[in-house]
Amino acid sequence: MTTKNTLGKAAAVVLMAALVSACSSNAAKEEAAAQAVAERAAAEQAAAAEAAAAEQRAIEKEKAMMMAEKREEKRRLMDAASAAGSVFYFDYDSSSLSDDASAAIDAHVALMMADSGNVRLEGHTDERGTREYNLALGERRANAVRDYMVASGVPAYRIETISYGEENPVAYGSGESSWMKNRRVEIK
Amino acid sequence: MAQRITLLLLSLIYSSLAWGQLEIQVTRGIDNPTSIAIAPFAWDGLGTSPVDFAQIVDSDLARSGQFSPVSRRDMLSLPTSKADIFYRDWRAIATRYLVIGRVSKGTQLRVDFALHDVERGIELFSGQVVGSESEARMVAHGVADAIYEKLTGIPGAFATRLIYVSVTRNPEGKDFYRLTVADADGRRPIVLLEGRDPILAPSWSPDGKEVAYVSFESSRPAIYRQVLATGEREQLTNFQGLNNSPVWSPDGRFMALVLSKDGSPDIYLLDLETKALTRLTRHYAIDTEPTWMPDGKSLLFTSDRGGRPQIYRYELATGKIERVTFEGRYNARARVAEDGRNVALVHQRDGRFHIAVFDLVTERLTVLTETSLDESPSIAPNGSLVIYATKRGERSVLGAVAVDGGVKFSLPARSGSVQEPAWSPMLPQQ
Repeated sequence: MTTKNTLGKAAAVVLMAALVSACSSNAAKEEAAAQAVAERAAAEQAAAAEAAAAEQRAIEKEKAMMMAEKREEKRRLMDAASAAGSVFYFDYDSSSLSDDASAAIDAHVALMMADSGNVRLEGHTDERGTREYNLALGERRANAVRDYMVASGVPAYRIETISYGEENPVAYGSGESSWMKNRRVEIK
Repeated sequence: MAQRITLLLLSLIYSSLAWGQLEIQVTRGIDNPTSIAIAPFAWDGLGTSPVDFAQIVDSDLARSGQFSPVSRRDMLSLPTSKADIFYRDWRAIATRYLVIGRVSKGTQLRVDFALHDVERGIELFSGQVVGSESEARMVAHGVADAIYEKLTGIPGAFATRLIYVSVTRNPEGKDFYRLTVADADGRRPIVLLEGRDPILAPSWSPDGKEVAYVSFESSRPAIYRQVLATGEREQLTNFQGLNNSPVWSPDGRFMALVLSKDGSPDIYLLDLETKALTRLTRHYAIDTEPTWMPDGKSLLFTSDRGGRPQIYRYELATGKIERVTFEGRYNARARVAEDGRNVALVHQRDGRFHIAVFDLVTERLTVLTETSLDESPSIAPNGSLVIYATKRGERSVLGAVAVDGGVKFSLPARSGSVQEPAWSPMLPQQ
């Protein structure tokens, strides 16, 4: 009985061992598989992250290029506006924009559409005629430039107008050579 | 919105500096001015007389262009009372009229004076002018006013004042502006406001105690009123756009002015007590430079609603607007004489800008000046003279011309430009 028992016990132990062994081999397999999955996921993630980073880098690069382009464009617009000049001239007792003045204002409008700054338009006249009427005429000139800018898409609230009439001449003489320099709108 | 600022001292400083000080030069008198002698006045008081009264009367009458005063050097005697007068002394030097006077000083100065007709050998008129010693020059001008009125039938306007803007050019930067008030003979200039921002369109209150003007000191044009005696001032308007051409109504209750806050420049009426603002004109053209008719019932103003600047009249009771001037392409900045008939304005002829007088009754326009950049006419309160600004070289100077064109004189400043003169109303005796 003892032997039988012992045998039986031994058999049970073997069986258990086998079972355990079988069990342990299954767990290892599963672990390996899981690890592989995880590794694959990690690799995928890494790849995705890498791809995202690359994409980000590309976007940033593109952005930087666009910014540079924009800066370049703005610099170009600023150069164009500055080349066009900040003073627009008018005929005697007139507030009509000449072709030259319109072209110059176009350059300033393009610049204003590319940024958000405000401008002040100062209207001036020559010394002929009465001071108070000239104050009104200077305002009419500043308004003519403002209206042209608004029609070109610049919001009116970004434009301030003021008239100095004949009070702030740039040329002091009494003759057409001085007068033509004084009949003007200055953008500031 | 009304912002009260007191300009400390500024208005109290009598300046004797050269700038802005005017000198008077009669450039054309009438053909046969009346010869008149002003004998030096006696002084009954301690010390010496504060001013040479007779000399001031002499200069005033000479400046009118209608009188030719006798030089003191030519006087054979210097009478100061009726008993001292020997008419033959004056007939000998072909003097038509003689003025003698005596100044006494109690709490106030008192000038007793008399006008004599040398030819007929009689006293025509005697009078008395009283005033404080600090206003001694005005007392003397008062004597000249009385004599002028006796001899011409027109009240004198010597005891009055002028406001004007003087400008010192600065080609390197901003010009320097001074709003100045001075006696009508250019003496005793007082600076009311100064700075690097333009000052424009000064005008008088009907009682002669305040002025209104436009200043750009806030970087935008704004209208102010300022009390001459204290310097106290008030900002009346500071709207977006133009704030221009303030002119008091004859009763002093309203101010007509120009605003462009609603689009284009229009004439508005400001009630000075309630500050209520009423829009009078409503037109896309330029309406500006309002001026009151003496009865306060209508305003004249400049408008280019017909294409070119012309004078129009606005009737307050009805709101009716009618065109007044038709001659020429440019008539602007009207000022009406106290008679309600003569209108001084700027008239363009052959491309040149002259001062002209338009008669509202006959509708005749008479050009008074020959210079070419004349502006800002203002009529003396007795209606006799028009003072205006004109160009001499690169400087602006003041000129004056009789309404009938007969007499002319200029008032150049010793330095700088002088522009936008405005003649005060008749002032109460001080």
